[in-house]
Amino acid sequence: MRVTGRWRTLPALAWRDTRTTRRRLVLSMSSIAIGVAALVAVDSYSADVVRSIHVQARSLLGADLSVSARRTLPPPARAWLDSLRARGAAEAHVTTFSSMALGGSLAGGGKGTRLVQVRAMGPGAPFYGKIETSPPDKWKELQSGPYAIVDSALLIALDAKIGDTLSLGYARFAIIATLRNVPGDIGVASALGPRVYIPDKYLAATQLLTYGSRAEYETLVRLPAAMDADALAKSHRQLFDSLQVRARSVADTERSLTRSIEQLGRFLGLVGLIALLLGGTGVASALRAYMAEKIDAIAVLRCLGASASQVVWMFVLEAAGLGLAGALMGVVLGVGAQLVLPHVLGSFIPVDVSPQLEWIPALSGLALGTWVGVLFALGPVLGVRNIAPLQVLRRDDDSAQGAARSAWRDPPRVIAALVLAASVVAVCIARADGAIVGLWMSAGIAGALGATWVAAIVCARLAKRLAQLRWSFIVRHGITNVDRPGNQTRPVVLALGFGAFLLGTLALVQGNLLRQLSSAANASAANLAYFDVQTDQARPLDSLLRSRDLPVLSQVPIVPMRIAAYRSRKPPLPARGERRSDSGARGAEANRPSWALRREYRSSYRDSIAPSEKLVAGKWWTSDGPDTDGVYEISVEQSLAEELGVAVGDTITWDVQGVRIRTRITSLREVEWTRFEPNFFVVFQPAALREAPQTYVMLTRVDDDASRARVQRDAVLRFPNVSTIDLTLIENAVGKILDRVSLAVRFMALFSVVTGVLVLISAIAASRRQRVRESVLLKTLGATRPQIVRMLFTEYALLGAIGSVAGIVLAVGGGWAAVHFIFKTPFAVTPLSLAAVASATILLTVATGLFAARDVFSETPMTALREV
Amino acid sequence: MLVARELTKSFPSGDRTITVLRDVSFTIGDGEFVAIVGPSGSGKTTLLGLLAGLDTPSAGSVLLDDVDLARLSEDARARMRGEKVGFVFQSFQLIPTLTALENVRVPLDLRGDDGALARATDLLARVGLANRTHHYPVRLSGGEQQRVAIARAFVNSPRVLFADEPTGNLDHTTGIRIVELLEQLNRDASTTVIIVTHDAELAARARRVIRLNDGLVIEDSVRAA
Ligand SMILES: Nc1ncnc2c1ncn2[C@@H]1O[C@H](COP(=O)(O)OP(=O)(O)OP(=O)(O)O)[C@@H](O)[C@H]1O
Ligand SMILES: [Mg+2]
Repeated sequence: MRVTGRWRTLPALAWRDTRTTRRRLVLSMSSIAIGVAALVAVDSYSADVVRSIHVQARSLLGADLSVSARRTLPPPARAWLDSLRARGAAEAHVTTFSSMALGGSLAGGGKGTRLVQVRAMGPGAPFYGKIETSPPDKWKELQSGPYAIVDSALLIALDAKIGDTLSLGYARFAIIATLRNVPGDIGVASALGPRVYIPDKYLAATQLLTYGSRAEYETLVRLPAAMDADALAKSHRQLFDSLQVRARSVADTERSLTRSIEQLGRFLGLVGLIALLLGGTGVASALRAYMAEKIDAIAVLRCLGASASQVVWMFVLEAAGLGLAGALMGVVLGVGAQLVLPHVLGSFIPVDVSPQLEWIPALSGLALGTWVGVLFALGPVLGVRNIAPLQVLRRDDDSAQGAARSAWRDPPRVIAALVLAASVVAVCIARADGAIVGLWMSAGIAGALGATWVAAIVCARLAKRLAQLRWSFIVRHGITNVDRPGNQTRPVVLALGFGAFLLGTLALVQGNLLRQLSSAANASAANLAYFDVQTDQARPLDSLLRSRDLPVLSQVPIVPMRIAAYRSRKPPLPARGERRSDSGARGAEANRPSWALRREYRSSYRDSIAPSEKLVAGKWWTSDGPDTDGVYEISVEQSLAEELGVAVGDTITWDVQGVRIRTRITSLREVEWTRFEPNFFVVFQPAALREAPQTYVMLTRVDDDASRARVQRDAVLRFPNVSTIDLTLIENAVGKILDRVSLAVRFMALFSVVTGVLVLISAIAASRRQRVRESVLLKTLGATRPQIVRMLFTEYALLGAIGSVAGIVLAVGGGWAAVHFIFKTPFAVTPLSLAAVASATILLTVATGLFAARDVFSETPMTALREV
Repeated sequence: MLVARELTKSFPSGDRTITVLRDVSFTIGDGEFVAIVGPSGSGKTTLLGLLAGLDTPSAGSVLLDDVDLARLSEDARARMRGEKVGFVFQSFQLIPTLTALENVRVPLDLRGDDGALARATDLLARVGLANRTHHYPVRLSGGEQQRVAIARAFVNSPRVLFADEPTGNLDHTTGIRIVELLEQLNRDASTTVIIVTHDAELAARARRVIRLNDGLVIEDSVRAA
C-alpha cells in the first residue's frame, strides 16, 4: 500500500482514539505484562544457570574425568587408569556411602545419632572447585588428621559443636568445620542426609564397608592439558558399560546439567506461557468491550469518509502499541523477578548463579508480548469492518453481539482465529522438548482454556434459569445481571476459573502427597528400620529390641545380585533408566544394555506375598525348592518386567556373589512403593537364597521421640555398621523438599493468578460505566445503597461461584491426572483446601466488583438526569 | 405540597464558584400541573434535581409534605423517592436488561410490594402497551419507551411526578400524546406534575408556568382556567 496522507495520519488518530480509555487499556496491557514477565524471568534465570554451569562445570565434577562404580574398580578399568597415570594424569579417590553418625564416642556412650552421607576423600580430591568451610579454609586441614567437616544441620541434629567428637563406625573424628558451599551440591539434598567429609585413610578404621553395604567408589582424574577427557570417555564407553562402570567428563556433566536445567526452565516456562495466553484472552475481551463502546465513534468516522481498512488499521496499530507497551512492562518486571527466582529455586540448582541481563529472553519476551497483543485483538478488531456508517442514525444495542455471532461466517476473522491457534501451537512447539510434546502441551492448554470457557457458558445459562425462580427482586436482579449482554461474563469466569483451576490443582497435589506420607505413617505399624544388619548381628539386635519391650515387626533378608543372563520372548523397552544416565546424545544410548540389566538388585525371599503387594499375573509358589532342572521360581515387579521385556514363564539367571542361580518368572506383582516396609523388584523362593550371603532389615515401632532416639543410639553403639532409618525424619525431609517444590511452583502459578485478577479487573471495569449508570438510575427510582450493594454482591458472588465451581471441577481432574500419572499414588479429594480456594475466588470477585462500582456510592443520583 | 425556599446552588469551577440557581422560592400545591421553562443553561435541570432530592442545595431548602429533604440521609431520600416521587427523563432511561413490564415494576419491587404485577400490568395497559409487556427496551420505539417510562413513574402512585424534557427526543405528535397522557394521569390520580420543557406549545398547556433565566425566577404565572 502507498503511504498517502490518509494513512500517514493513522498513528495520530489511533493515539487520540485511546485518549478517554487509556487508564483502562493500561489494565489489559498489564495482563500481558505479567505473562511476559514470567517468561522473561524463567528464561533469563535458566540462561543464567546454564552460563554458570558452563563456567563452573569443571568444579562441579571436581576433575577432568570421573570414573565411578558400585564396587572397587574392576581390573580392566584399573589398568586403563594406570595407563593414564603413566601418561601424566593425576588421580584422587572419593568413597560415598550412608552410615549412622554418633555424636561423642562409642566408649563414652554417645549423644545423638543421625543417618548421614559419608564422603571419604583421598588426598587431592577434588582437583577443581573450592569447598568452602566455616571457619574458613579448613578444607586444607582435612587430610592432616582424623578430622571431619560436616553439614551444620548435623551439628544441630546431634546437639554438637565444632571441636566435638563424631563417631563413624569404630572410628572417631574431630569436627573441625561446617560446610558452607560444596560445588555441585543442591541445597535440598542435605535434607535427606547431612554430609560428612572425612579423609579416606581412616575409612578402613570405621569398618563400615562390610558385606552388603552400598557405596560408590569414584576415581577423580586430572589430565595433562594435551589430553581430551571427553574423547577419552567416549572412546572407552563400551568398555565401561560392560564393566558396569560410569565414566563422566566435564562435558558430560555440563550436558546433563544443562539438559535438566532446560527441562526445569521449560516446565516453569509453560506456567508463564499459560499466564501469557490468559492475558491474551483478557486483551481480547477488553478489546471487544472497547470496540463495543467505539461503535458510535467508528460509525461517525465512517460517515466522515474513513475506509473500513483505515479503521481496522487504526485499531491494529492501537493493539500493537498496547502489546508492545505491555511487553516492555513485562520485560522490566521479568528482569526484576529474575532476581527473586534464585531465592525460590536456588536450593535445586547446583551452581552459584550471578544474574545478568539476558538479551535473548528479553527480546523474545518483547516479541511474544506484542504478538499476543495483536493476535488476540485481531478478532474483535476485524469485527469493526462490519460497522456500517448507517449505524450513526440507528444505534442498535445488539450490534456488538451481532458482530460477534457472525464471526464464524466472516472469512478474515476465521483466518485470524486460525492464525492465532497455529501460532500458539508453534510457540508451544518452540518452547517444548520436541514437536510431539509441544502438540500435547498446546492440546492441554486448549483443553483447559476450552473447558473453562464451556463451563462459563453453561454456568451463565444456569444463572438465567436460576433467575426465573421466585427470588426477591434484589437477588433476581443480581442474578439476571450475570447474564446481561456485554457483561463480560465469559472472560471473567475464564479468568476466575483458570486461577481456581491452577490453585486447586496445586492444593490437591500437595494435599495428596502429604496425605500419602502420613497415611503411610499410620497404616504401617513400623516407624524405625535397621538396615545392613549382618547375619551374626540379627539375633543380638533382636534381643536388644525385645529387652526394651519393642516388637520386631519383621525381619527381611536382602541379597544383592546382578542379572547374568535372561531370555524373554519380547525385546526390552528402551530403558527408562537410560534417561537418567549422564551421558550425552540419546541416540548413542539406545543401543546400550539397559540400566535394568546393569544395576545391582537387592532382592529378598519369602513364602508369601506381602500386604503392600498385589499379584497381577501368574501365581505365587506353593512349594519350596527347585524344579527337576534346578530352576527356582521368582516373582517380578510388573514395571521392571515391562522394562526388561519379560513375562511369566521367562527365565533369568542371576549372579549372586559369583554363584549362578537359575530362575523362572512364575508371577508378576504390583507394589505399593510408598509404604515404609522394604519392597523388592524381585522376590525369590526361599530355598534359592537361604544359603546366600545376606543382610537383614529389621522393623520396629517406637512411639515416643525420646525413646526412639535412645534405641537408635544404643543400636549404633553396639552395631556401628547398622543404619537406622527413622520414619519421622523421612517425613520431615520429604515435607521440607515438598515445601520447596511447591514454593517454586506456587511462585510461578502466582503469575497466572495475578494475570487472572487483572483480567477480572479489566473485564469488570469494561462494564463498569454501564453498571454505575444503572445503579444511579435505580437510586433515583428509590433504591437505597444497601439494596444496591446487595444486588452487586449477588451478581459478583454468583460470578465468583461459577468461576470457582468451573475451576474446581477442572482442578479435581487435573489433580487426579497429576497424582495418578506423575506421582503414581492413589488420589483423594481434599475438600478443605478446595473450599479455601473457592472462597478466596468468590471473595476476590466480590471485592473487585464492589470496588469497581464504588462510584455508585459517591455519585449523586443527579447524573441520571444529565446522562443522555 | 412542595415548597422551595430560597434555593441556591453553586458549583466550584476552577478557583471560582459559579452560581447556577439564586434564591429560588415557590410553593406548588397538590395536583398542580406546572411547566418550568427557560433558555438552555438557565438551571432548569438543576432545579428539578434539587426538588426531587437527587442533589442537595448550597443554601435554602426543599420541603416535600413538610419534610425538609436536606435533613434526610441519602438512603432516606431514596426511600422517600420510592414512595412519593416519579421520574420521566428525556432519554427514557429504561433498564435494558429488563422487559417493559419488569421496568415498570422496579419501584414497587424495590419496596417489596406484593401487588407489583397487577399494578404494573394495569398501568402498561393504560399507556396503551398491553401487548408489549414482555418486550425489551431495544425492541420498542422511542415513543413506546417513553410511555413505559411514564407507566414506571406512576406505578408507585407518586405525590409528585418530575419530567425533564419528556418529549425532547420525540416527534411532535408523539410528544403531544405523551403530554396528554401526563395530563390524564395528573387528573385521574391527582398527582402533582412538574415538567421541564423548551416547547412553547407544551408549556402553554400547563396551568402554571415558572420561567427561569440565568438562575433566577423571572416569571411565575397561573393561567386562568
Ligand atoms: N456539576 C456541575 N458543575 C458545574 N457546572 C454545572 C454542573 N451542573 C450544571 N452546571 C451548570 O449549570 C448551568 C445550568 O445547567 P442546567 O443543566 O440546570 O441547565 P438547563 O436549564 O437544564 O439547560 P438545558 O435546557 O440545556 O437542559 C449550566 O451552565 C451548567 O453548565
Ligand atoms: Mg436540562
